[in-house]
Amino acid sequence: MSRIIVVTSGKGGVGKTTTTSNLGAALAKQNRSVALIDADFGLRNLDLLLGLEERVVYTAIDVLAGECRLAQALVKDKRLKGLVLLPAAQNRNKEAVRPEQMQKIATALAKGYDYILIDCPAGIELGFRNAISAAQEALIVTTPEVAAVRDADRVIGLLEAEGVNKISLIVNRVKPHMVEENKMMSVEDVLELLGVPLNGVVPVDEKVIEATNRGEPLVLGEFESTPAMAYTNIAKRLEGEKVPFLDLMANQGNILSRLRKIFGG
Amino acid sequence: MLFPWKNNDNSKDHAKSRLKLIIAHDRASINSDILKAMREEILDVVARYVEVDREEMEFSLSNDQRMTSLTANLPIRQIKRLGELQRQLQENNGLDLQKIEVVEIDKTADSKNAPSK
Repeated sequence: MSRIIVVTSGKGGVGKTTTTSNLGAALAKQNRSVALIDADFGLRNLDLLLGLEERVVYTAIDVLAGECRLAQALVKDKRLKGLVLLPAAQNRNKEAVRPEQMQKIATALAKGYDYILIDCPAGIELGFRNAISAAQEALIVTTPEVAAVRDADRVIGLLEAEGVNKISLIVNRVKPHMVEENKMMSVEDVLELLGVPLNGVVPVDEKVIEATNRGEPLVLGEFESTPAMAYTNIAKRLEGEKVPFLDLMANQGNILSRLRKIFGG
Repeated sequence: MLFPWKNNDNSKDHAKSRLKLIIAHDRASINSDILKAMREEILDVVARYVEVDREEMEFSLSNDQRMTSLTANLPIRQIKRLGELQRQLQENNGLDLQKIEVVEIDKTADSKNAPSK
């Protein structure tokens, strides 16, 4: 039984595409077959983050137009067996696709893959409705910032109204030192506001940028990094494993902040 | 102050309290037509049994976690007599109270509450 999951956030720039690429890679690493759908028509980037941009030949639009078969449009990741990407068209806009068409593609892919991850565009217009039309589950990506949390709440409401009730949260770009100093909302704060179950916590890390520079999902990197661990854990949780959340606050605190703690700061 | 670097003004608390407010507001934005239709229908049912003061009544939506709740405050003017209710029920076999009551509701609604609609 395959699962169709949309990765969405409302606000742009919170890490949807990074999450989709890393999660796809992490699931594939756990020997799952994964098809990633880039639903961001006109502003596709998933191919770039995966390092597959040069191998894109056909896009979802070509499949819908009958110019190629679905299997032809899929770009296979050579590093990871079982990971494929269905690219979005770059020369079209979001109106080029309708929700029913998206549904058709996702259901067709669901026959051959364990996971279908849909990278949703920002916003709540047609692009969003296309991306969620086939989804049975949703992963909400947000950051501990006011605009991102507000938009996440809006999107959760819209998903619930569409009957997507299996919703969980990924809190991205947490800065432990700021949380420590009460200058950033904690994961608990965000959870309290949004009221959906937590699926993962990803700390801010320069390695994320380095990995995207190279077009290589973090989980493929030689060195184990905290964000890579976070994504692997999210993949395991999707698989139903009980994995404790990373304690980002554990290594927190220089001498000063520890002293502050001791002295009741 | 013992620790001058300790900043009491926690911007996180600002973020959280502002979000609480704005999210509650965002979530409550049910289409006003739907809300109005729902209010009328609820009143129809209640008015079969008691006479409601339509000028003093209040309908409001509030939020807590992911639960939005509808609070209706309906001051009762008069409770209908049991005999009257039973007669209505008998006349309609308890199935279709709608027709009789709609007339009655319209009367009260139009005469007392028309401007506030």
